Amino acid sequence: MFSEFLADYNYIVVIILMMTGLYVVFASRNLIKKLAGLSVFQTSVFLLYITISKVSGGQPPILEKAYAKDYAGLAPETLIAAAEGAGKAAKGHGYNLDITYSNPLPHVLILTAIVVGVATLAIGLSLVVRIREVYGTIEEDQIEKADYIYNLEGTAD
Amino acid sequence: MAVSLNASSVAIPTIALDIGLMALLVVVAFAIVRMRSLFAIVMLQGVYSLVCAAWFVSLDAVDVAFTEAAVGAGVSTVLMLAAMLLADRKSEPVPMKRQWGPLLIVLIAGAAMILAVGDMPNYGAANSPANSYVGMDYIARTAEDIDIPNVVTAVLASYRGYDTFGETVVIFSAGLGVLLLLGLNGNAGRWRAKPNGHRVFRPSAPAAAVSKTSDETKPNETKKRRGRPRKSKASTPDGGDK
Repeated sequence: MFSEFLADYNYIVVIILMMTGLYVVFASRNLIKKLAGLSVFQTSVFLLYITISKVSGGQPPILEKAYAKDYAGLAPETLIAAAEGAGKAAKGHGYNLDITYSNPLPHVLILTAIVVGVATLAIGLSLVVRIREVYGTIEEDQIEKADYIYNLEGTAD
Repeated sequence: MAVSLNASSVAIPTIALDIGLMALLVVVAFAIVRMRSLFAIVMLQGVYSLVCAAWFVSLDAVDVAFTEAAVGAGVSTVLMLAAMLLADRKSEPVPMKRQWGPLLIVLIAGAAMILAVGDMPNYGAANSPANSYVGMDYIARTAEDIDIPNVVTAVLASYRGYDTFGETVVIFSAGLGVLLLLGLNGNAGRWRAKPNGHRVFRPSAPAAAVSKTSDETKPNETKKRRGRPRKSKASTPDGGDK
């Protein structure tokens, strides 16, 4: 029913977002707008990965203390004693491994990708600033025109 | 089947939230396509990152949401604003006849990917290949191997520590590259390229922009060229370079 519909809906929306970012990269002739489109494209790819890593009914991959569910409603000191006694003796070092957690691996990969994405964005933007200093514009058409004139005459002066 | 029944009994508000966030993302992305003011584009890109961060929380990726909100919506927006101040405020309109090619490519690529969606595992499937092997192994082992509750931190800093080390190397080289591109001595706005001893393009950009629209670009301009007499700026843009 509704969640069946959502199964495909999710991916399709992410693809639409990706293609929108890609379109901005292709179609716009302004370098900063291009980089903004690249950023949108990149963030959409992150969305695809995180969408894949979701497990239905799952929790964020932060392990829950074993006593949190079993001993709900007790006084704190009783809880601590229970954790020392029952939790530590259990398999998971006091963590409850019976809950469904979402997949942590794509999260880690995307954490790295976000930071690397900002690094590449910084490089791209400083290239844009340099282009602006030399050519006086960040519109691709005018940059190509200036290059054409320069190649034709050897100098634009 | 049992999983999807369980999810549908709990998650109707979550689904509504997801759909709302998706709709917001599509609207923001289309607005970025239509906009011409670079300031609006940069701010919308920040909004896009922030809405993405909200969706990440809904998709159980809380660490990614933190990072996206801080780095994607914060740092990269600041970087783009700074670059926009040093470069330009408006983008020129693109004629319609130059938009058909990109549109065609994007439509074909998108159609191909949407065709491939049928082969993807269902949303939230616990037994999909991506969710079956190594990721779940990390969850099972973190408690005993590393003994901290946050599995993402454990994987990031311990199991895949070399990845994170490589990431810091990337950031270092990016910072180095920015410094080399923009100058190490604070001369970022003053240097001009002169291949073969000739200037590539005549009008010194910031000065020309200032003489045209004085009010908006002036603070930036004076900051960039501090230490020079302000009078000669507009008339002889290239006077002080050598």
